[in-house]
Amino acid sequence: MSLDRSEVEKIAHLARLQINESDIPEYADNLNNILALVDQMQQVDTSAVEPMANPLDAVQRLRPDAVTETDQRENLQANAPATEDGLFLVPKVIE
Amino acid sequence: MHNKTLAELAQGLANGAFSSVELTQSLLDRITTEDSRYNSFISITHAQALAQAEAADVRIKAGDAAPLTGVPIAHKDIFCTDGVRTSCGSKMLDNFIAPYNATVIEAFNRAGAVNLGKTNMDEFAMGSSNESSFYGPALNPWDTDRVPGGSSGGSAAAVAARLVPAATGTDTGGSIRQPAALTGITGLKPTYGRVSRYGMIAFASSLDQGGPMARTAEDCALMLNVMAGFDPKDSTSIERDVPDYSADLDKPLDGLKIGLPKEYFSGDIDPEIQSAVQDAIKQYEALGATVKEISLPNTQLCIPAYYIIAPAEASSNLSRFDGVRYGYRCEDPQDLEDLYKRTRGEGFGDEVKRRIMIGTYALSAGYYDAYYLKAQRIRRLIQQDFVAAFNDVDVIMGPTTPHPAFKIGEKTNDPVAMYLEDIFTISVNLAGLPGMSIPVGFANGLPVGLQLIGKHFDEARLLNIAHKFQQATDWHTKAPSDV
Amino acid sequence: MEWETVIGLEIHCQLATDSKIFSGASTAFGAEPNTQACAVDLALPGTLPVFNDNALKMAVKFGLAIDAQIGKKSVFARKNYFYPDLPKGYQTSQMDDPIVGIGHVDIQLKDGTTKRVGVTRAHLEEDAGKSLHEDYHGMTGIDLNRAGTPLLEIVSEPDMRSAEEAVAYAKKIHSIVTNLGISDGDMSQGSFRCDVNVSLRYKGEEEFGTRTETKNLNSFKFMEDAIKLEVERQMDILEDGGEITQETRLYNGDTKVARSMRSKEEANDYRYFPCPDLLPVMIDDDFIDAIRATLPELPDARHQRFMEQYGLSDYDAGVLSGYSDTAAYFETATEQCDDAKLAANWVMGELSKHLNSNSLEIADSPVSAEQLGQLLARIKDDTINGKAAKQVFEALWKGEGGNGEGAADAIIEAKGLKQVTDSGAIEAMIDEVIAAATPQVEQYKAAEPEKRGKMLGFFMGKVMQASKGTANPGQVNKLLKTKLDALCD
Repeated sequence: MSLDRSEVEKIAHLARLQINESDIPEYADNLNNILALVDQMQQVDTSAVEPMANPLDAVQRLRPDAVTETDQRENLQANAPATEDGLFLVPKVIE
Repeated sequence: MHNKTLAELAQGLANGAFSSVELTQSLLDRITTEDSRYNSFISITHAQALAQAEAADVRIKAGDAAPLTGVPIAHKDIFCTDGVRTSCGSKMLDNFIAPYNATVIEAFNRAGAVNLGKTNMDEFAMGSSNESSFYGPALNPWDTDRVPGGSSGGSAAAVAARLVPAATGTDTGGSIRQPAALTGITGLKPTYGRVSRYGMIAFASSLDQGGPMARTAEDCALMLNVMAGFDPKDSTSIERDVPDYSADLDKPLDGLKIGLPKEYFSGDIDPEIQSAVQDAIKQYEALGATVKEISLPNTQLCIPAYYIIAPAEASSNLSRFDGVRYGYRCEDPQDLEDLYKRTRGEGFGDEVKRRIMIGTYALSAGYYDAYYLKAQRIRRLIQQDFVAAFNDVDVIMGPTTPHPAFKIGEKTNDPVAMYLEDIFTISVNLAGLPGMSIPVGFANGLPVGLQLIGKHFDEARLLNIAHKFQQATDWHTKAPSDV
Repeated sequence: MEWETVIGLEIHCQLATDSKIFSGASTAFGAEPNTQACAVDLALPGTLPVFNDNALKMAVKFGLAIDAQIGKKSVFARKNYFYPDLPKGYQTSQMDDPIVGIGHVDIQLKDGTTKRVGVTRAHLEEDAGKSLHEDYHGMTGIDLNRAGTPLLEIVSEPDMRSAEEAVAYAKKIHSIVTNLGISDGDMSQGSFRCDVNVSLRYKGEEEFGTRTETKNLNSFKFMEDAIKLEVERQMDILEDGGEITQETRLYNGDTKVARSMRSKEEANDYRYFPCPDLLPVMIDDDFIDAIRATLPELPDARHQRFMEQYGLSDYDAGVLSGYSDTAAYFETATEQCDDAKLAANWVMGELSKHLNSNSLEIADSPVSAEQLGQLLARIKDDTINGKAAKQVFEALWKGEGGNGEGAADAIIEAKGLKQVTDSGAIEAMIDEVIAAATPQVEQYKAAEPEKRGKMLGFFMGKVMQASKGTANPGQVNKLLKTKLDALCD
């Protein structure tokens, strides 16, 4: 599989990454080289193999339903680029 | 003082040969003057370090000291450290002062260790050379024209340059073992789930694992004693007792069965690395081990599987960096779309963007089965190779890397060539196994690492195997001539 | 050709856990912005989720209540998209392996028949935060207190054929989740949110038409109105030869207008994959059986029991059994007065009227079930008549007579509402009324005997007035008739 310019643009949009027009060919080349590398996988028949998401095939542990966190707003918002009245501010959202 | 190991420094503190404040001040001075040559630190935490050292001295005087109380170390800048910038090597987090401690940092604080600062790393741990750091590459103390490896290159360089006795690292596809090999130090990647990932900024969640980097196996054991353990805040953390990793270091190796995968000794491998590794194996035979050739037939597939799974997880893990709640935000965003795209376009470097794009593509509609699910199936095949091999042997050995440290800039334009350098380390992450790298010689004057791979939760055994080698040889004591 | 409406529902139900699905922050409603959003909820770098056991138990409870398959292995997946109220850039949800599989509920239709509606699945996921669009210098404010609140998304089969059926289904699910105690079901606070998928096709056709999804239906009334509006809209388009566009629409209950919503992610490529920070949730039969043992009586079973045990009509039993608070109220009142039909009439009549006009839930009724029951007991033992009972109820509602037991009796006493059953006293009042109403008596006498019954009402009213409502109406009626008829002979 090989990516063309418009596919690179589509992926960049899905990932919300601004990419300079002039850099797109280089990205396309790099991505195509990587895809060529990973396409080796397609030569192996894995139809009988169960996918492995966790190397220990471990299962989820449960947490007791208890409130353990207290208000840390001031501390947690110290890094925020823009806040007002305790809210994080972003450019106007149109629904 | 800087030539002493962690164990020796702990001893000196315990018997009052020097105070933690004296030790800390002397290492801070050394870092201040020497690190301009290596760029191994992103942040040096002078004030916090001295405050911790003072507190440690009080604890030591009160007879309340733990083994690492008062010992200065450094942390990879991927571990969130309360009140300290935690950048993950990225412009995206250049202004991020972590408001909480990673579980690993918390553990070292409880142990009374002193944090000298945060070490350089590839941006978001994506890289094998440290060249993707927003702060410029860390340099290899053995040859500052060369890379120290990555992504934990700053920790490796700092330990190799004797700026710190030990440091933490993280390893997703070899990021502890490969820089350890390239800088001639000892590094351990524990079993997946052994060390908490809470507060360790995620690259690829199912592969990431924190671990120690030091000059000796003995020091790695001391570090791991603090780092390892169950953490209820991490769902992938394993609820299992932690042994004393220092207890069995001296156990004899008689009868140890070593497996040598034929796939790790063929193909494009530097001949001097080949011979250094062969010599190390002979040393093990002299220590009572037996050697057997084994096969890990799916080795070649580990790179393709890894370069799907890791970017896929990363593409999702890094979506939180959106300029809304913390971190970099682009100037004067016109609308929401502009905020996202420019923040992320400007805040992430090229390698990170490349991997996000690969991962996004691999997960997108129509490709999920062919890429992501396929890679997860191959991942199981790779793990099954190891399970089969460990039926016959206790430990698997081979070179950590096919080549010694390469020149800065040599591979930056060819990501695939860089990825291929990870061939021997990646499988270990895919299978969740513990792996170590120890120095076993030189190739063209550059350090060579031997990789030891153990069964799940066999960290104590690996440390024992590494320690016995270091008792019998002196490769781990070698330092760059100008250090 | 006749059109057929096809409706399916997605219901997002907030689970009533104390803490969030993956963090230890509180889920309480109405806190100051971002004071209940911890490091995990804010998706700070390095933070990780851990699954809340109560959210799991509540989801399993729901599955058992709708007779569904329970997923012994369920898997959390990430649904990736960018939105400011979604801090991680993905929503943790379930895709291929939901906790609840195929199930069903039965709904009662107006014509008295019962219809079975299929539930495709119900899965656990985390709620998003809220965007506040008030003007912050042209910016939008983000409050993440709600982010991470556990949601059970309940997806129905496209089995409903009218707005009425859809509402009946939604109400049934609502009564199940509130009965189970797994949700407060408060629609105005967004605890129970319905998205409606509507499409049309010609009757008899198998293939579905293109559907639209209407969101933001925060009351059953709005839901009914919105569906009717959407059906009309689609019918107009189709009959004009047009095509329906697949889209998400937003209904405004105040203006009763729906509009097309800008799509959240144009390509809608959510890149689902199993969340690597969470592991598969495995449960066994013992776990399921232990939860089954905690299931309360469910509305359908209670409905049946109310008919059998109390002899209630199907309709009354249905109304009173739907919610556990109502059912408990009715049963307590019945216990006090020993007359289920009387209690049913009062709970569904006077009480319900007062609650509605004051927008109160039955749990917040100022008149307790005990108090009402004791009041009804006084009707039953003829201490007061129905009219006086209403006066007593008004007084109880206002808090007169105190809060405790015996409040009704105290009011009856204080207001002198005890029924007069002494026939001598009643006869005296009747004689006075007759004496004072000569013209009406003359009319009565002149009327045809069969029409006299209707004319009795005037005299009844006068006598009841004279007794200040305390005379026993049955007795008055009987004595009046005797006396008036005697005058006619």
